[in-house]
Amino acid sequence: MSRLLQWLFGRLPIGWLQLTHSRTRFAAALSGVAFANVLVFVQLGIMNSMATATLKPYGFFQADIMISASDANSMTEGGNVARQWLFQALADPEVTGGTGLYVANVSWARPTKTLSLTTYGIDPTLPEFLSSAMASKTGTLQLQNAGILDMFSRGLAREEAAAIRPQTPTSFEVSGTTLTLYDTFQGGGGFGGDGFMMVSDQTFLTLFPARRSAAPDHILLQIAPGADPEAVAARLRDLISDKTLRIRSYAQAAAEDLSYQQTRRPTGIIFGFGVIIGILVGIVIVYQVLSTDVADHLSEYATFKAMGYPQRFFLGIVFEEALILAILGFIPGFIVANGLLVGMKKATTLPLAMTADMAGMVFVGTLIACTISGAIATRRLAAADPADLF
Amino acid sequence: MPEDTPIAVTGLNHWFGIGEARKQAIYDVNLQVKRGSLTVLVGPSGSGKTTVLTLMGCLRDLQDGSVRLLGHELKGADRALNEALRRRLGFIFQAHNLHGSLTALQNVLMGLQVHGLTDRKTQEAAARHALSLVGLADRMDYLPGNLSGGQKQRVAVARAFVGNPEVIFADEPTAALDSESGMIVVKMLKKLGQLRGTTTVMVTHDNRILEMADRIVTLEDGRIVRDTAPFDPLSSAKPAP
Repeated sequence: MSRLLQWLFGRLPIGWLQLTHSRTRFAAALSGVAFANVLVFVQLGIMNSMATATLKPYGFFQADIMISASDANSMTEGGNVARQWLFQALADPEVTGGTGLYVANVSWARPTKTLSLTTYGIDPTLPEFLSSAMASKTGTLQLQNAGILDMFSRGLAREEAAAIRPQTPTSFEVSGTTLTLYDTFQGGGGFGGDGFMMVSDQTFLTLFPARRSAAPDHILLQIAPGADPEAVAARLRDLISDKTLRIRSYAQAAAEDLSYQQTRRPTGIIFGFGVIIGILVGIVIVYQVLSTDVADHLSEYATFKAMGYPQRFFLGIVFEEALILAILGFIPGFIVANGLLVGMKKATTLPLAMTADMAGMVFVGTLIACTISGAIATRRLAAADPADLF
Repeated sequence: MPEDTPIAVTGLNHWFGIGEARKQAIYDVNLQVKRGSLTVLVGPSGSGKTTVLTLMGCLRDLQDGSVRLLGHELKGADRALNEALRRRLGFIFQAHNLHGSLTALQNVLMGLQVHGLTDRKTQEAAARHALSLVGLADRMDYLPGNLSGGQKQRVAVARAFVGNPEVIFADEPTAALDSESGMIVVKMLKKLGQLRGTTTVMVTHDNRILEMADRIVTLEDGRIVRDTAPFDPLSSAKPAP
């Protein structure tokens, strides 16, 4: 390593030699950087999983525009929308179709755990509003009190989920109604529930008798091929009488939902702070290591100054140390964080994963944070006065 | 002429402290040092020897007077000039100041790398040769922590002369050495003066060295009180040039 660095720098790798001279301190410094990396990775992993979980249900449907109530910050929040606005929207020449979407939570009381299922009520006769994977399974939804279940629901054994087939359905009670599950689809537990369930709009209204068919939670619209969803949404905002409604392109609705989850809901804010704290912890740890190292070697640096080494040489040593700590601290941090995310995913069924983007971002962030720490630590170099050597 | 007189000190005064605590340490010091000579500064503790040494070695900013080092005026010299001049000098410190994380060989290499040379093999060969000259051929890969005080000082000496400096400033270089090692070091410095024309200015309390010096400058209370050339019977009674 020493030879490699000497070849790279064209000089003795003083930073590397200083760091490795005290192996215990070097190990402690790397542990500190790795710890900060783990903090940031885990927080980012959770934030990413929140994004994945938030956007997941948007992938179940195919729509270009979504009409929601004014207080509908996410797909599962907010009031209802009168179905009459669907018909008014259909008056736009570029709107080709629409359907109501009903959303509520259903509890499935099981012997070991009660599953909280985010349940969507859709019109099974309009499969074009569903993703292709989902559309192929809507046949059974036309049966009364039928549903299809998220196979990745938290608390549901994989074997049990795999056993739910049209030939071997399973049933449970919901508010006095027997609901029969005929099939499964790929969803995944999120932050708002243990999993998802799809039922027909008629079944939904049976399960929730207080709800009315004239008041879905959202209205999904499809527009003519080639039409601009933003432009159509703008026209609909002018056209529809109720000016309090949120009429957005489907992509914009998803983006606003994600932004709401990450920046306005407590969980998102907490995880965001976690990332910032992780970065600060890393900066402080590296600064402590580097400034202590500079202080410990002041007389050596003063000697080099007396020999005629310029200031940039000393800055080079400190930045060399910062980069070594960043790179070598990142590797164990990455490995430990990866293991933690895998373990957390198993325990929570949240879509937690180490992504290449995340690894790249944290690596670059680590380099920047260590460089900042190094830049601050170089201020102590001024104390190295060669006249003090005599 | 800078070629013949690498160091010329004129009317040098220096103070330490500020305000009422300001105290003059050097009074009107005048000194010209010939190329290739071994000049020894002696005097009691606090007489100003080391201060004069650091002022001549451009390690301390000049306040009053003039020091011309290798043809350059140090009064008002900027950092770049100071650094450039220091690269033409060699320093030997009483406390040797070796880098504890570097081996003896790497410490000596630092005396070469400051010149920006990139031929690693040539540098290593020169550093190994320098260590052999000070009798440390078998200790090249030792860290300073594993060397005796005398061995460390010999590494510091090798580091000082390996870059072929024009002037070597030494502060008590033999203090940590036994008499035999001390004489080896001083003879080496003397030989450098004869072979390469390297000028050495040394602060010492070691009387054994005095008989090898070309010139002995005695300071007391910040003033030169005696300036003699021991082996020049004509100059022993009067200030040397």
